[in-house]
Order: sequence, then structure tokens, then C-alpha cells
Amino acid sequence: MASLILMPALSPTMTEGTLARWLKAAGEAVSAGDVIAEIETDKATMEVEAVDEGVIGKTLVTEGTQNIAVNTPIAVLLAEGEDAAAADTVVRSADPTAGASVAIETSADPGIVEAPEVAQAENDRDWGETSEITVRQALRDAMAAELRRDEDVFLIGEEVAQYQGAYKVSQGLLDEFGEKRVIDTPITEHGFTGMAVGAALTGLKPIVEFMTMNFSLQAVDHIINSAAKTLYMSGGQMGCPIVFRGPNGAAARVGAQHSQCFASWFAHIPGLKVVAPWSAADAKGLLRAAIRDPNPVIVLENEILYGQKFPCPVDEDFILPIGRAKIEREGTDVTLVAFSIMVGVALEAAALLAEEGISAEVINLRSIRPLDTETIVRSVKKTNRIVSVEEGWPVAGIGAEICTVAVEQAFDWLDAPPARVCGLDLPMPYAANLEKLALPKPEWVVDAVRKQLRD
Amino acid sequence: MDETPSASGRSNGPALSPETMKRAYRDMLLVRRFEEKAGQLYGMGLIGGFCHLYIGQEAVVVGIGLNMKQGDKSITSYRDHGQMLVAGMTPRGVMAELTGRSGGYSRGKGGSMHMFSREKEFYGGHGIVGAQVALGTGLAFANKYRGTDEVSIVYFGEGASAQGQVYESFNLAALHKLPCIYVIENNRYGMGTSIERASASKDLSRNGEPWGIASRKVDGMDIFAVHEAAQEAIEYCRAGKGPFLLEMETYRYRGHSMSDPAKYRQRAEVEEMRRTRDPIETLKAEMLRSGIEESVFKDIETDVKAIVADAAEFAQTSPEPDHSELWTDILVEA
Repeated sequence: MASLILMPALSPTMTEGTLARWLKAAGEAVSAGDVIAEIETDKATMEVEAVDEGVIGKTLVTEGTQNIAVNTPIAVLLAEGEDAAAADTVVRSADPTAGASVAIETSADPGIVEAPEVAQAENDRDWGETSEITVRQALRDAMAAELRRDEDVFLIGEEVAQYQGAYKVSQGLLDEFGEKRVIDTPITEHGFTGMAVGAALTGLKPIVEFMTMNFSLQAVDHIINSAAKTLYMSGGQMGCPIVFRGPNGAAARVGAQHSQCFASWFAHIPGLKVVAPWSAADAKGLLRAAIRDPNPVIVLENEILYGQKFPCPVDEDFILPIGRAKIEREGTDVTLVAFSIMVGVALEAAALLAEEGISAEVINLRSIRPLDTETIVRSVKKTNRIVSVEEGWPVAGIGAEICTVAVEQAFDWLDAPPARVCGLDLPMPYAANLEKLALPKPEWVVDAVRKQLRD
Repeated sequence: MDETPSASGRSNGPALSPETMKRAYRDMLLVRRFEEKAGQLYGMGLIGGFCHLYIGQEAVVVGIGLNMKQGDKSITSYRDHGQMLVAGMTPRGVMAELTGRSGGYSRGKGGSMHMFSREKEFYGGHGIVGAQVALGTGLAFANKYRGTDEVSIVYFGEGASAQGQVYESFNLAALHKLPCIYVIENNRYGMGTSIERASASKDLSRNGEPWGIASRKVDGMDIFAVHEAAQEAIEYCRAGKGPFLLEMETYRYRGHSMSDPAKYRQRAEVEEMRRTRDPIETLKAEMLRSGIEESVFKDIETDVKAIVADAAEFAQTSPEPDHSELWTDILVEA
């Protein structure tokens, strides 16, 4: 049957073009792939190829015609054995209003689609007896427990096996689980992260250790484009159960390239979860949850905390939910929101404020994405003031998000503008005195609270 | 002498059974006709965004596919429609994804460059050049971790072979002896930049040499040669000897994507390839020489056209995804 050749769209944005030249004339035979015409747009000259075989029955626009809309018939293609009369028939029968274009129904304001609620807060379960362990031990115990529990879990990274971990976090794991499941890699973050993500797409559950999170930038394409998005792009077929973990933020005197917080970088990405433990219990409970989670989870650890001791439940089943904050200290005058090592700074600030008769509530976020906004908002409605405390840079940081949550969801309860305490907006200096000046300390938090109470 | 005037190419590979030849012919023709239809639908505005056609390269994926068994995994770049059809994914599901409809493999949320099938062990469909090489190495890692004899086929272009992660992957695969077949589809142009202008390495099949990766350079326009090389590579990997690199010398007739003005090569070059090296015509000539009758080709053509027409119809009638799909599949519910 004769068919119409339509003005093609040759780029995602093309709406019309000029028919510059016919390369086939009426009566000429064409096969699929033959170039039949040249089209010019404002960007380029492109060739129109025949998509089927046949004979050109008739051309419908002359060379040089400008502003031909996409999908306008430009020629008639006759099938084998048809004569030219068929060309007129098909042109007449073509309904100009129907055409071949599709009216893609534009969705209404996407704002009307409600995002699902996350992180319903509930009371922490009491896990009973605790013992004092370091954060390092807690992380190691969490990995050991999950490696024991699930054959599909393995640990991969630089120096995780024979060296026992660059920061000794994976101590003893090679001995217990062997080199099949505790795997040393060459210094090749892009490669081994991609490899681990590929393995996770098949259902294995890798724990990828970055010697420090600074090196995750070498692999960030796989974290964002491969791990976080594949579930969505595959229409839910292919999840990526993987953990990316390592020390994050400033250590001590290691300079600009090794002292930065990635919480805000990763928290920006839909498809990722991000947790940042402070205490040993946080570390153990959140890492276990991260390993069991069927999604990619970033675990932001902190080198300075590795050696600090905290009480941690001894219960073998101890685990914490991702997406839930913990109130570390209750108060009535101001809410201090912090994560990772800054929880300690916020608690010190709360103690200083108490000496002045100011009662501060301290929230340990534990989870950055999803963010437990309910706990934050409930606290703000009680204290009427909020100060976020983070080690990272201020611009587009986690503090900006927390302050926005307070303004959006508790505006009428606020007695002062929300405030941020952040690391200074500069690359980390090496000199001991300068480094000290660049990082948040309890006094900064106290000053921010005093200002809120004064103004 | 060749019986068909359109192809003077003659295969150097070993003979294949009539049934295998018919299957190969049918699969190559399906990919070709599917892609032609996709180009047509793109021209009609039914397919949006980027759309990279596989026309000209059919012998590569079909020749390798003939040697794959259930459980073998494959992964490729954004020029992925051919790989999906050969993996056994339905033309309907693929075409409906191209049109962004709910009947597509990703329910309209992936598009031409992002389709996957857990069932057919096809792992995408990746839009970042070279990313699939590291991911594919991970598929092979998983095969080995689970102790199976399954292999993973990792397709990438000669353009991607300039990416650093390709060589990080080679190192990891060789180090762990992973059952990974790296297939460089050298179609001579990385978008508009010819291989001569992009690679100081003139023989890509040697790019795995520093890691001792076994390799072969193959006439990727010749299904017989591809089949033989794939057989060797896959057997090598199944035997646990480590990765294998195949450089397939092939050619794409169409532009890099639909919006390619094709100013970087002469039309005569494309026409010469089509006339003398076309993989489908080359196979047809061999089949005719072996005594297969002309009617066989007519029947296959009719069948394939019907399948493609049905896929195109489905892709246009399948409804757009429901608005509720916007918020699904972001995270797996724990």
C-alpha cells in the first residue's frame, strides 16, 4: 500500500525545517536507508533516509520550501506494483488533522502529585544491657554480624583484607571470612566501585569501603548514575543493594583534599540513603541496617570518632532504623540539630548553655536522607528556636535544608530566625592554628543561641 | 561469484548449519527492521530524546548471541536495542519503552538508553560512556562469586575504549580471572570523531595486553567470523581462564544518534560498506550458495515485518504511564 513520507524530526528539539534538496525524484526506486532528501534546520543540515523500500510516487513539497512542520507529508512512497494513481489516493485520504503526530497529554502541575511520607518517628526500642566499645569495634562487629548472616554480603576496598583496614576497621574479618568475601583491591576506585555496583545489580550485597570518602569522588558516577538510578530506570526491576562507607569530614592536619564533608553531596540524590553515625551504637545499628537495606546506602563515618568509646547494646539482634533521629538530650529553649562528630560539639554547647540557665535539646540526626523532619519539627514547636550544627561548608549544606524544614513546617512557632553553624567556607588549611579556626566548636553554637535569645 | 549483486563480501569463517544460518539471518533482519521502524517512529515524533540505531552492526550481537546460554549476562551502552532483542526481550516491550509507554520494559521511565531485564539477564542500557565496562566486570564477578560457569558479555564502542575505567576493569578482571568477554564494537566513529583522531593505539585488540588478556580482532561484518571468535572466547571464559577481549571491526550506517548531521564522513564510504560488506547480505549470499532457497528469505522477511509492525502498533497504543508512576521505584521498600 502506498504510504506518506513525513517531514522527520531529526533532533529532540526540531519542530520545523527547510527541504533543501531532493536526492530522489518521482519514479525512482528506493530501499530502506537510501538518502532521499536533505533537510536544513537552524542547527545543521541532515539527511532523510527512506525507512522502507518502494518507489517514490510523488514529491509533495518543492526544494527550498522553508518552515515545514515536523510530520508534514513530503512525498508518497509506492509499494511494489502500485502505479502513480495510488499516490493521489493516499494524499487525499490522509486526514490533515489526525496526521501522525501524537498529542502527548501534558500532565498537570507535577506539584499536585504528593511525595510519599517518609520516616514516621516512633520511640526507640530499649535494647537492654550495654557495654563500652569504640566506634571502630562497633563498625567491625556490624560487618562481621552481617557477613555471618548472609552469604551474599562481601567487603571490598583498598587494604581491607591483609592490612586489616587502613584505619583497622576490618580487623579480623579476613581471618574469619576468607579472601572470597573480604577482598583487597588495587587503588582503582572508579573500577572497583563500578564492579561492585554491577555485582549488586545481580543481587549480591557488597560493602564498598573507601579508604576515605574523599576518594569516592573518583567513583561518584557509579554511585549516582549507576547505583542510585537503575531501580527507577528499570521500572523497579533492578535494585542495587550496596553500602558505600568510609571516614568522612576533617581528620586532623591532613589538608584540603582529605578534610571535607560529603553529607550534602550525597543527600542531594534521590535513590540514595545517607546515614552518619556518631556513637558506637549508631555505628553498629546503622551499618547493620545499611547492609540489610535493599537500596544503595552511604555510611559517613568519622576518623576521629573511630577510637572513642560509647555504650552499645550487646543484644545480638541490635539494629537501628534508617530515617530516624535520636534526641540525645531533652531541652525546652532551643533545638540543636547535628550529625556525626558535631553531635558531640552540640552536647558540649548544651552543657555550656545549661550553665547560663538555657535548656537546649540536642537531636542526633543519624540519618541525613531520609531526614527525620518529624522529630525536628516537633522539637522546634516545643523550643521555638533551632540551630543546625555541621562540619561541612554552609552553601547548600545540610543546615540550609534543616533551616528550610523549620521555616516551611514550623514558621509560626519560631521566635528567632533559624541559624546555621558550619565549617568555614574555605578549603581546609594545614597549619594547626588555622585548621582549628576553620572547624565549628561549642562556643560558636553558644554564640548562635545567645544571638537568637537576644534578638 | 556472488549470486546477489548487493553483496560481494564473502565469509572466511567456518560453515554453520542451515538451521543456525536461518536463525542468524532472522535475528539480524529483526534487528535491522526493528531499528528502521524505530527511526521511522522517531521521525514521526513518537520517540523522543536520544535514539541510537544499531543498523550495520547486526552481525556482532547476533553472532555472539548464538553462543550464549541461559544465565549468561550481557550489558551495553546506549546503542542497545539490538542487544535487547538478541537477549530475548520482546520487540513490543522494547518499542513501547522507546515511545515512553506503560507497556515498555521500564514502564516508560527509562527510554531508549535505559532498559533492563532481570529475566533475560540483560543489565542495560547505560548512558555514561564506559560505565557499562566496570558494571559488566561486576556481573562477571558475581558469576564467579556464585561459582557458576556463566559468563558476562560487555559491549562497548571504540570511543569508550578511551575511558580510564575500561583499563581499571581490565586489571580487575585479569587479577581475579573473571569470566568476562569484552567486546569492542569498533564502528570507526565515536560520535563524529574517527578512531584515527581519538586513539594512539592503532590496534584495539591489543589494548588488554598489559594485563595478559587474550584477544582477537574479528571481522564484525561477517557473522561466521563473529560466531567462531565468540565461541572461542566464551569457551575460554567458561573454563575459568579469565577475561577475553574481542575487537569487532564493524560499521554503523546511521548517524551516532538520530540528530547527527554526518558531516565527518563521506556518503560514498557508507554506500561502499552497504554495497560490499553488509552483514545481512553477506550471510544471505552464503546461504544461497549453500543451497537454501529464495523462498526461505521471503518467509523470514514476512515474519519479521509482522513482528515489527505489531511492536510498532503496540508501542503506539500502549497507554502512557500513570501519573502515580512518577513516585514509584525510587527506593525499594525495605
